[in-house]
Amino acid sequence: MNMIEFRDVSYVHRTGTTALSGVSLSIDKGETVAIVGENGAGKTTLVRHINGLLRPTRGSVLVEGKDTRETTAAALSRKVGIAFQNPDHQLFSESVEGEVRFALRNFGFAEDLATRRVDWALNFFELDRYRKSSPLVLSGGEKKRLTLGCILAWDPDVVVLDEPTVGQDALQKEKLGHIFKMLQSTGKTIIIVSHDVEFLWPIQPRLLVMAGGRLVADGEMAEVMSDSATLERARVTRPQLLRLYSGLQRRPERPFLGVDDARTWAEGGR
Amino acid sequence: MSQSLPGPVIASIKGLTFRYPDAQRPAVKDLDIDILRGEIVILAGPSGCGKSTLLRCVNGLVPHMYPGEYKGSVVVDGVSVADTPMSMLSQKVGLLFQNPENQIFMFSVERDVAFGLQNLSVPRDEMRARVDEAMRLLGITGLAQRAPHELSDGQKQRAALAGVIAMRPKLIILDEPTSLLDPQTALEVVSLIEKLNRELGITFVVVEHRLELLTPIAHRLVVMDGGAKVMDGPPEQVLSDPDVEAHGIGVPPTFELYSSLVKNGMRLEGVPDSPEALARELDRR
Repeated sequence: MNMIEFRDVSYVHRTGTTALSGVSLSIDKGETVAIVGENGAGKTTLVRHINGLLRPTRGSVLVEGKDTRETTAAALSRKVGIAFQNPDHQLFSESVEGEVRFALRNFGFAEDLATRRVDWALNFFELDRYRKSSPLVLSGGEKKRLTLGCILAWDPDVVVLDEPTVGQDALQKEKLGHIFKMLQSTGKTIIIVSHDVEFLWPIQPRLLVMAGGRLVADGEMAEVMSDSATLERARVTRPQLLRLYSGLQRRPERPFLGVDDARTWAEGGR
Repeated sequence: MSQSLPGPVIASIKGLTFRYPDAQRPAVKDLDIDILRGEIVILAGPSGCGKSTLLRCVNGLVPHMYPGEYKGSVVVDGVSVADTPMSMLSQKVGLLFQNPENQIFMFSVERDVAFGLQNLSVPRDEMRARVDEAMRLLGITGLAQRAPHELSDGQKQRAALAGVIAMRPKLIILDEPTSLLDPQTALEVVSLIEKLNRELGITFVVVEHRLELLTPIAHRLVVMDGGAKVMDGPPEQVLSDPDVEAHGIGVPPTFELYSSLVKNGMRLEGVPDSPEALARELDRR
């Protein structure tokens, strides 16, 4: 089922700069999609159209078949949760706990349910010890986890993460990987904006490549990543396991998705 | 590699323990690290391992701006950090933040690059010469009159780095310099670090989670955990050590694969410095 649809969408800033031009795409319910491309390519502008923060200058954006211009931002944000790249843009409560509770209240969750959701989010993202602290005392990585916790607490159908791995150490990244699996298994539609190709590779999302406000490639990650001209244009590099695979004279049919894959093959699978 | 570098010590950290006023435990404890002139050192470790505190101890923010319980000594380029004013330390140690927007704020790139020198009241002619040289080294001469907000993120990072270079520090500290950049721009910043190291002999200490970017140019990798130094050596060696993952280090897939193959008994020559090198080695077998 079609969850999100962009029909020839262009967006022009008030200053006259074109941030998106002629973007058409559709994302099915339950799909995992990653958007890559150089800084300023229009990735963040694109995802802001999904929850109605921005409305297209030309063309239209549909979420579950409804034009975002005919839906309120409140209704859209219940359905689409976005964790922004810079968490300082969305954290404003006096306490970490209050931050998670804020949206739950706005969306009319009963107090006891809201409390259970807050507890879950703070435990899950290892932020419980900061419960009463101001979000401002958190480190960059912790703030990012808090924004993610806030969104998952209200259980939106579409989860959008803008650069989720920035400032996260290896353990937190691994945990983020598990969170993706969990979200995928519950049928969420997931959209990740990221420069971190090493992190994206094992997830094997459908890959959208943007450059200069346009969508320049859309397909399976391994396939898109084999097109050097597109990667060059979008200033994206290949993940190490794909480079290893491409460098082999004798190689299996499909690229290695993980180190275990590559090891099994190297140790005798050939 | 670090052992082959004859360079004398540029920064010497001895028996360093530091505890912030309200903290229960010290952020760094009993640290002994010598950084050699001309080295590129990666500092890695899980969040909260004490990396940022160590950086602050080297550039003087600790103890000058962040007081606390301080034991041991940090000597940079012959002066004790704790006993030297920040204005003097700033000419020895440069710092580049993760987000260049925290660092550039003037009306033009040129003025931003000159900002530190102005604060030091460097004579006009010398300032001109140093600003021009820094912009040339970073390849941003053409952007001199542009406003920082008109720049791309990669250009902003270059402008911020030019401001640091203009101060002619012997040691530059970079705190996750590439985490906000697209992969290609990140690679460009990495090759700039390599160039400044090679041409000017500047020593670099870089905090970075994405080790695959920096290991090709680094001489050494220091791993911290729980405020202590737990591993220290050439990056390939540290990353091939089976203990490294237990310290929360994200091992690049090439090293992870190499070490697991060797551990299972495969005989491979040398630690590969790239995925392509490992592919050639696997093909050769």
